[in-house]
Amino acid sequence: MTDTTDRETTRPVATPEESTGDARVRRRDDGAVLRMSEADASVMAGGGDDPANDVDGGQRMILNMGPAHPSTHGVLRLMLELEGETVLRSKPVIGYLHTGMEKTGEGLTYLQGPTNVTRMDYAAPLFCELVYSMAVESLLGIDVPPRATWIRMLMCELNRVSSHLLFQATNGMDLGAVSMMIFGWREREEVLRFFEMVTGLRMNHNYIRPGGVAADLPDGWEVDLVRLLEIIPPRLDEYEVLLNNQPIFRDRLQGVGVINTAEALALSATGPILRATGYDWDLRRDEPYLAYDQVAFDVVVGAHGDAYDRYAIRLQEIRESLKIVEQAMELMPGGDYRNQDKKVTPPPRARINQSMEALIHHFKIFTEGFHVPPGEAYAAVESPRGELGCYLVSDGGPNPYRMHIRAPSFANLQTLPHLMEGGFIADAVAVISSVDPIMGEVDR
Amino acid sequence: MSLPTTPAVRSTVLHPARDELLEVVAGLRNDGYDMVIDLTAVDYVAHPGRTDLPEGVVGERFEVVVSLIHHRSRERARIRVQVPEEDPVVPSLFDLYPGTEAMEREVHDLYGVAFEGHPDPTRILMPEDWDGHPLRKDVAVGTIPVRFKNPTER
Repeated sequence: MTDTTDRETTRPVATPEESTGDARVRRRDDGAVLRMSEADASVMAGGGDDPANDVDGGQRMILNMGPAHPSTHGVLRLMLELEGETVLRSKPVIGYLHTGMEKTGEGLTYLQGPTNVTRMDYAAPLFCELVYSMAVESLLGIDVPPRATWIRMLMCELNRVSSHLLFQATNGMDLGAVSMMIFGWREREEVLRFFEMVTGLRMNHNYIRPGGVAADLPDGWEVDLVRLLEIIPPRLDEYEVLLNNQPIFRDRLQGVGVINTAEALALSATGPILRATGYDWDLRRDEPYLAYDQVAFDVVVGAHGDAYDRYAIRLQEIRESLKIVEQAMELMPGGDYRNQDKKVTPPPRARINQSMEALIHHFKIFTEGFHVPPGEAYAAVESPRGELGCYLVSDGGPNPYRMHIRAPSFANLQTLPHLMEGGFIADAVAVISSVDPIMGEVDR
Repeated sequence: MSLPTTPAVRSTVLHPARDELLEVVAGLRNDGYDMVIDLTAVDYVAHPGRTDLPEGVVGERFEVVVSLIHHRSRERARIRVQVPEEDPVVPSLFDLYPGTEAMEREVHDLYGVAFEGHPDPTRILMPEDWDGHPLRKDVAVGTIPVRFKNPTER
């Protein structure tokens, strides 16, 4: 292992001038992406045995990383072409968690749909439920009552907090700051405890459903929320003391995995990756959905497009989310927590005991499901990882004809070969962590 | 160029023919649509008599759906291209937007629609030796027996 001074001089840092932003040329011609079949790779990896294959004096090698490597955030597999410790080309290999959730979604009714999509991004399940519900509501042409809108916003922002706390934890773990892992998980647990109180589950809530939410906020929710708002901000200050001025932590992130705005746009990267390049784009402000136009918050942008900026943006976004949570708590309107359209919402429990029609109606909604007018719709929300979209096609039946989720991690993973090119293999772990992929969402 | 369109929420929906696709996308790129946000496909074989197509557009089995975003004017555009079953080939958008690389591979993998000019037309989600395209409507769920217990006993 080389010492740090040597490392400083040899580390190739891409400046914006060097990378012209034409990611297209870089990807196709420079071989930034490893395009090699597994058979070719095994020949090349075994090149040392057969002198005929040994074209470069044994300096280059293909290294397989994953799919069960602890720092790959699940089952991401990487093929890396190395020269010494430098990554020349790389290729993410995905699909190890592919369970055909889009196909499954075609077999479920619109009411069962959220149970399926919530398992995609398991670190931010409420966003998947939200975007699915928004697409269904757009096809149905129904409105959501204000209280449901605000509950959705409150829960989603808390979910962003828990997701970014999870990132802080795993990012710390990947970089060797193991105490950060414990802290991040500890605070995330506080948020999950609130989720458990409201939705009954810590994850995979099935709480946001077409037409509103599954249940109203329980009595005394403000007390628990105030406690959360008191606990988390001082802990964030602690993280900053712990990490921001830590020379090893800064050294491992600053200047690592650099991408500029043009490249991020070309590679369809969204969320913190795009904002870290200095590009000011957040769907919550720029295409306001729910009630984001009625709350005040800042969009956090970076300047260097490196792994440190992506870390810092996620940390700051926790504070911005807590601002929204605080405002949502104050402004929470009264009223219904779900749409009272009889075609979509089952009758209340009390009516089922009294009315035969209500019983039949209840039975029909939960067995056959409600019918959605034919058409197609795309809804998008700003998930902690970027733009999460849902493309729905209905043929007029009770199941979606086609349910496609535009997963931010899936698109963001395309930046990996670009971010790793020319860097050290030890930095590969920091780069994967800074992209923050959730493999359940990548593979669906 | 006037293309058939359909109304949609917060978006323009264009219906170019397959051979107009590259030209239309290049035009949108020049207009400032700086990102392809999504690329997917739909298999309409089990949905005969659909009525959501504008006049002059003949529905085919596959439809490739491309969503673009114009960040400056905060507009979105959606392109829906009809792709016939006998010849499921679409020109690749990779040279215009390299971010479509993984998305086109996904559509190719799950629908069997080929993208002409794609640099790496391999499977992305399914195993490399997989037979068929699972998101097609003629592939049923649950046709492959899965054994959960005692893999050694028979």
